[in-house]
Amino acid sequence: MAEAPAHAMIELRHVHKWFGAHHVLRDVSCTVGRGERVVVCGPSGSGKSTMIRCINRLEEHDQGQILVDGIELTADIRQIEAIRREVGMVFQQFNLFPHLTVLENLTLAPIWVRRMPRREAEDLAMLYLERVRIPEQAQKYPGQLSGGQQQRVAIARALCMKPQIMLFDEPTSALDPEMIKEVLDVMVELAQSGMTMVCVTHEMAFAREVADMMLFMDQGEIVESAPPETFFTAPKSERTRAFLSQILSH
Amino acid sequence: MGREPAALLTPALRWARTQLFNNVFNSLLTLLVLYVLARSLPGLVEWTVVKASLFAPDDRVCAAAGGACWSFIRDWFRFIVFGRYPYAEQWRPALALLIFVALLLLSFSQRLTARALGLSWIGGLAAVLLLMRGGVLGMPVVETELWNGVVLALLLAAGGLGGGFPLALLLALGRRSTLPAVRWLSVAYIEVARGVPFIAWLFLGLIVMPLFLPPGVSIPKLWRAEIVFTLFIAAYLAEVVRGGLQAMPRGQYEAADALGLGYVQRMRLVILPQALAITIPAQVNTFIGAFKDTTLISIIGLFDPLQDANTALNDPAWRLAYVEGYVFIAAFYFVFCYFMSLYSRRLERQLAPGRA
Amino acid sequence: MSSVDSPARSAAPARLAFLHDERLRGIAFQIAVVALVAALFLYLGANVIDNLRRQGIATGFDFLRREASFAIGLALIPFSPADSYARALLVGFLNTLLVAALGILLATVLGFCIGVARLSRNWLVSRLALVYVEVMRNTPLLLQIFVWWDLLRIDAPQPRAAWQPLPHVYISNRGIYFPVPVYDPLFLWMLAAAGCGIAGALLLRRWATRRQALTGRPLPAGWLAAAAIVLPPIAVFFAGGAPHLLDLPQVTRFDFTGGESVTFEFAALLLALGVYTAAFIGEIVRAGILAVRRGQVEAAEALGLRRGQTLRFVVLPQAIRVIVPPLTSEYLNLTKNSSLAVAIGFPDLFSVGGTIANQTGQVLDVTSILVAVYLSLSLLTSLAMNLYNRRTALVER
Repeated sequence: MAEAPAHAMIELRHVHKWFGAHHVLRDVSCTVGRGERVVVCGPSGSGKSTMIRCINRLEEHDQGQILVDGIELTADIRQIEAIRREVGMVFQQFNLFPHLTVLENLTLAPIWVRRMPRREAEDLAMLYLERVRIPEQAQKYPGQLSGGQQQRVAIARALCMKPQIMLFDEPTSALDPEMIKEVLDVMVELAQSGMTMVCVTHEMAFAREVADMMLFMDQGEIVESAPPETFFTAPKSERTRAFLSQILSH
Repeated sequence: MGREPAALLTPALRWARTQLFNNVFNSLLTLLVLYVLARSLPGLVEWTVVKASLFAPDDRVCAAAGGACWSFIRDWFRFIVFGRYPYAEQWRPALALLIFVALLLLSFSQRLTARALGLSWIGGLAAVLLLMRGGVLGMPVVETELWNGVVLALLLAAGGLGGGFPLALLLALGRRSTLPAVRWLSVAYIEVARGVPFIAWLFLGLIVMPLFLPPGVSIPKLWRAEIVFTLFIAAYLAEVVRGGLQAMPRGQYEAADALGLGYVQRMRLVILPQALAITIPAQVNTFIGAFKDTTLISIIGLFDPLQDANTALNDPAWRLAYVEGYVFIAAFYFVFCYFMSLYSRRLERQLAPGRA
Repeated sequence: MSSVDSPARSAAPARLAFLHDERLRGIAFQIAVVALVAALFLYLGANVIDNLRRQGIATGFDFLRREASFAIGLALIPFSPADSYARALLVGFLNTLLVAALGILLATVLGFCIGVARLSRNWLVSRLALVYVEVMRNTPLLLQIFVWWDLLRIDAPQPRAAWQPLPHVYISNRGIYFPVPVYDPLFLWMLAAAGCGIAGALLLRRWATRRQALTGRPLPAGWLAAAAIVLPPIAVFFAGGAPHLLDLPQVTRFDFTGGESVTFEFAALLLALGVYTAAFIGEIVRAGILAVRRGQVEAAEALGLRRGQTLRFVVLPQAIRVIVPPLTSEYLNLTKNSSLAVAIGFPDLFSVGGTIANQTGQVLDVTSILVAVYLSLSLLTSLAMNLYNRRTALVER
């Protein structure tokens, strides 16, 4: 269990968001410290994906403040770009670039955003490909890989930007069951290396193993936040209990 | 920080802010467009409505009034729509027109099953042909030469689509066949038909077709055009159907095979119903294209609305009213084709939600 | 089966097995189909030969060598009524290519603008583009050709009061006059300078790419390359004394001297084709850009790529793949639609062919030439497109 960190990596203060008339984030406030691993769970439509997509400005929050590594997220494009360089994201649908090889997928952003020389970028890419255990796929195209391999490439792609924070938006929900493990293994290893992570997922075993803090969201609010020990064994809210009984009965 | 929540700004202002003025570039663009509109719209409205003449006797009076000469349309309306069909009998093409409209509306309403719809179309077309030709129920016979105007265009397009459908099915299935001779023949037909401009086929049909017939046999111009339309549309429809066949998942073919269905049964009961259903939007688009192509018959001397209008414009009293004439025809085609394409897009959304 | 089967019994199944053999049935079916089609062709062919003989119509392609005895308004190669029919067809073909090429250029530029405008977040701009697309797509092309033609023909003023949409371009009842370049030896020097500029630009690009590979710092090579191509010829122009390069049309009492002119028929056909096809191209471009899934843009943005970089590296390469096949189809359609020139008397291939058919009466032969030419164009385009598709297809399992 992490102690109160000196410098919060992510801070949400009274964040609200509306989609038209639908109040999708209601007064969301939370803090994520450096090296802390936060898992967010909740029923579909609870706003959990929206919340983490607000963190790197893929969605815009309407009210409240979001700070990433001390930088406030506003409409200022330079601050947005600065934040996006420090925050890596892994999507449910992988979103690899199908017209580029795996290696090119990984080196695109380092070359054009971080201005890395090509050789250096490729070395870095191979390093991360080895870390996710598929270095031999470097010259293949995403369409030639399995779902699990594609998601691991996506993780490596995000890591190549050397981010301070990694966001995961239901990374295993689109995978066949036998491939979920290989992706989760990579994520566990990443967590153990000290990366600050915010992960939206239904994989409770993974959460129990890795999380420092569990957040349960329902209808746009953070209903409960607790370390895994207390979260799973003694949830305080009735809604949390109802959700856990559904999820854990499988 | 962040924007004010939706509730604070009035809806109109909020809309204007996000849609028209959300950044400097867009604001400038909006202002530019508004300026151009402000300069041109008043003059247009003035010409079209304010100073337009509905009852002027000829184009000079219209010109003096400074506006559009809609009186030309008023004068020549019946000719543009019905052509040289005998004046006293023009209730017949009018009725035929109503039948067509009714059939189209019936198709759009999607209330009938495919079989009922097919039968109604066949019945409707038969009724139209009977009406136009006459010879029964005391209606005097009117030769096909005089079947002009809107009904001609509809007849050619609908007839071409209906007649071309069976051939299109054969060609589409043939193109996907594993038998080389069948496949090559289908490919050859489709590529040749589509590779040559339609006007060339129309010329061929009109001028060269008599050469292909035994001496003494002659086909009236209208039917020659109908044959060309049928053969041409069949090629385009074949590609549409082929697209549908290709989109069918392999599992459908396999399930039909596993049940022991033969080729014909498989196609008739399982594959074609689905393939045809999902390609309806493309079929409607083909019809729209065919309908627009009917204007080409004006080049070979058949009297569609465009040719009627051109003939009307030869009237010395109205020579300068060509803009009004063309606008009228354009409006007719536009209304027809636009609503059909709206329907086609609605169908597409229904059949493939999320992809349209 | 038991061995007590009589020999007679076992012979029957063997014969039936022949009928049900998949392969044999296939072959039999093909033979039947080919025979049917061949019979149809033979029957029609016999009729044709019979009718031709009966009506005394000549056949064969000898007529191509006969004298044309008609003039052609627009000829890219020298042509006089004393030249052969074959040459007349060639002139018509070149005219078709000219109209098609210029039409494709106009339609592509206009079409891309419309497509982008349709996607604009500015409500006014995107709605106006929508109106344009719907109006152009739902009215027949022939009608649009007539509108342009009549607008030019009937309303064009006297030369003195000619319309001037662009400087030195005059639209009057004598046609559309525009300036043309006048040959001057300086041109060759300017061309040479441009050539050097292009070479320099290519070298610059190579150097910039290598530099970025080594150090990571990109160079605004685009601007420098553009300058390298454009500036040297301009410098040479001024160094050479800046002579008059253009032959400008001048108004005389009832006509123009100088410059070059095109007929209203040419202009009307070109404008109608360009404006009409642009609507379709606009929709193709829009569909292509929309086809790139939102997730791709999000992933690029999440990586920190800016809008311009996202467009250049992620969206456009994928959009182009979706755009090119239907785009080529539209180009082909435009080329085929140019045959509508026959309605307004512009001497394209189809028009000239029609005139020849009228004069010689050999409709069948002329038509077969026309069909062969258009078909070749179509097939060439299909082939080129298939090659392109195969080379750029996304690699999948």
